[in-house]
Amino acid sequence: MSVIYILLAISIIVAVVFFIAFIIAVKKGQYDDSYTPSVRMLFEDEIVKENSNKTILTKKD
Amino acid sequence: MSNNTCFHCGLDATSSTITFDDKSFCCHGCKTVYEIFSVNDLTCYYDLQQAPGATPKDVEGKYNFLDNTKIVEQLLEFNNDDTQIVTLYIPHIHCSSCIWILENLNKLNPAISTSIVNFGKKNVRVTFNSKSLSLKNLVALLSSIGYEPFISLDDYSVGKKHIDRSLIYKLGIAGFAFGNVMFLSFPEYFQVDGFWIEKYKPLFRWLMFFFSLPVVFYSAQDYFISAFKGLRSKILNIDVPIALGVLVLFIRSSSEIIFDVGSGFFDSLTGLIFFLLLGKFFQQKTYTFLSFERDYKSYFPIGITKIAAGGTEESIQVYDIKKGDRLLIRNEELIPVDCILIKGSARIDYSFVTGESKTVSKQSGDKLFAGGKQLDGSIEVDVLKSVEQSYLTQLWSNDVFKKDKALSFTNITNRISKRFTIVILLIALIATTFWLLTDSSKALNVFTSVLIIACPCAIALSAPFTFGNILRILGKKKFYLKNASVIEQLAKINTIIFDKTGTITANKETAINYEGSQLSLDEETLLKSTLRGSNHPLSRSLYNILNKHDILTLDTYEEFLGKGIEAKYKDHNIKIGSAPFVGYTNDTATLNTTVHVSTNNQYKGKFTFYNAYRKGISQLFNTLKKEYDLVILSGDNAGEKDNLTKLLPTKTKLLFNQKPEDKLEYIKYHQNEGANVLMVGDGLNDAGALAQSNVGIAISENVNVFSPACDAILDASKFNQLFNYINISKSAIKIIKWSFVLSFIYNIIGLYFAVTGQLAPVVAAILMPLSSISIVAFTTITTNIIGRKLE
Repeated sequence: MSVIYILLAISIIVAVVFFIAFIIAVKKGQYDDSYTPSVRMLFEDEIVKENSNKTILTKKD
Repeated sequence: MSNNTCFHCGLDATSSTITFDDKSFCCHGCKTVYEIFSVNDLTCYYDLQQAPGATPKDVEGKYNFLDNTKIVEQLLEFNNDDTQIVTLYIPHIHCSSCIWILENLNKLNPAISTSIVNFGKKNVRVTFNSKSLSLKNLVALLSSIGYEPFISLDDYSVGKKHIDRSLIYKLGIAGFAFGNVMFLSFPEYFQVDGFWIEKYKPLFRWLMFFFSLPVVFYSAQDYFISAFKGLRSKILNIDVPIALGVLVLFIRSSSEIIFDVGSGFFDSLTGLIFFLLLGKFFQQKTYTFLSFERDYKSYFPIGITKIAAGGTEESIQVYDIKKGDRLLIRNEELIPVDCILIKGSARIDYSFVTGESKTVSKQSGDKLFAGGKQLDGSIEVDVLKSVEQSYLTQLWSNDVFKKDKALSFTNITNRISKRFTIVILLIALIATTFWLLTDSSKALNVFTSVLIIACPCAIALSAPFTFGNILRILGKKKFYLKNASVIEQLAKINTIIFDKTGTITANKETAINYEGSQLSLDEETLLKSTLRGSNHPLSRSLYNILNKHDILTLDTYEEFLGKGIEAKYKDHNIKIGSAPFVGYTNDTATLNTTVHVSTNNQYKGKFTFYNAYRKGISQLFNTLKKEYDLVILSGDNAGEKDNLTKLLPTKTKLLFNQKPEDKLEYIKYHQNEGANVLMVGDGLNDAGALAQSNVGIAISENVNVFSPACDAILDASKFNQLFNYINISKSAIKIIKWSFVLSFIYNIIGLYFAVTGQLAPVVAAILMPLSSISIVAFTTITTNIIGRKLE
């Protein structure tokens, strides 16, 4: 049962890593605008006019 | 005939015949924008939203001040070698199409590398290559597609704003700690006995302690600071019981684990702070949409063209204008300072300052006031006063703007919290003395338990959530309030004062009446053709109401400013204008605006222009008069008195010829008599009155041009909903009172446990979040229900 020390240590480290990621995201300004990304996400990708290169999958080999 | 609307902007296109690509447009501007988009493969713009565009305005020469590098330097966020970054405020951003097109700007001009839209703030941040594209050309590009930016002195003088993200950090830390502490306190909840639990209990408890430290000392900082400030000024605001509760929770929990007496209340502590911060966060989000912080500076142009001694034109900053300078003011430009007209014919639109849409013509030697917009060509003026000393600025420096309305009004939350704190302390003291006498070991336990469980969180949460939701609902209905205290003030008013012009009259519609001999078909055709050539607003209104005629090409056409128009076709000649111009000498001095017509020197008749009142106004006034005293203060003459008496209920007071100072004094007088005044007005000259009244509402046809002294902005189309909006404010107060009742129930249950010394951490951990969540749910659901009743 003393394995619980290791388990706790690891889980706390993982939690803190995510917390640091949160802090970095806030610092970079990702939380400044919470509405526009929700709209941006739904835009379609542009259809590229030039013909794309034939992929390997279409080669009949 | 099918109802044809412009494919680009959605306005009526039945009278125009412009089509392109099988789609109809209302004007060449809209068609041009469509062409730009289809050539650059950007027609996806129209797929996301129907008719999302705006007619592009002619900006010839308007942005010449952007040639001045000093000005450009102040506007840019980043300027390095060949890259520049600028954030521009674009009022027309209103839908997903706007976001799409503005983020695809690089397809229109490859010198633009990225552009990011912030929808909430309605701005776009553009990174572009400054060697191939100048800021001026960027602005011109945006204007050409209908997204003209609004560049104001505000942007110019403030510079980079420091964004405050501390609330998000605090909320993040509190949430993180709350989750982890709940997780760690689980073993203790179940009261299971066992060797393993006993062995690891201290470890878990100390971990909880360390998680709570940043929450108490960083996240809850604001509450301690605010409580301290409140106590110093001898006010018991809502933060005092909160700070007290947090402090007691922390001290008791820490001492419990140090002396191994119990597991402490860290879960309730972190949970409490988390929910409180959540409330604050929600409140903050609702305020950011509409910016009320504009002052007069944002209305003035940034750069002005000065004519130097040698006759050369140079672009200078508005602040550099000195008395005696000669300025060139172009078509559609704002006059920034008081000045004298030297050269050119001035036709000034003072609707900004007075709310009157009819233009004023001035001659050389006349004085022009700041705030007017010049129409019809350019003029040269000599400056009389600098920006700081002009009439407009002085109107604004009036003391009434310096007083902060919010300070003198204690809101409902603070009133309740005063009593709450005192009552709780009393209960704690009584319970403690009781236990000291009966069983003194429990005394301290009971004292701290009472302070812990008496949750002020309901009181602290119900107001932000209720008001926040109401602000959001009203915003959707185009009634924008400055902040939550406006709702409370609105619920208390008993007198409503209306301005006349622009408030109860609609600027855009004017009813026109013809008296005189019937015009023949030829004469009407001639009349319409002549009016077509004139830009005067009266001519334009008249032109629109005349029946459709074939337009003739006139032989001669001449417009005499301030007098009228004269035109000739074949052997007919027509004169349109003022009575003396037309040759009609019998005209008795009327108070109405009239346009007379004579053909072949024979007097025919006159067109009289009447104010059109907004739809539904009688009904609105009749409903309002049941509960409020109504007054109309007008800056106009008494010409409309009869009309108004017919239109409005009998007890309405009508006062005319009121100057801005008169309106302000009237309101002050009635406030001293005990009235709570709501003032509804528009135009900058109402600003003093709007600021003095308890609540000032500005009616606006375009929400981006308004008087900043107001507490709320109401879109003109929703004017007849005023009564319903005031009722909603009253319902909001009722909802808050009910949520207080709900929280009292929780408090009584909790106090039962506390006073009898039975407050286990698990009980606290259940009761406190439960009360917070149920209050939030209750207020949100009820506010949404009353919001749905509004159409």
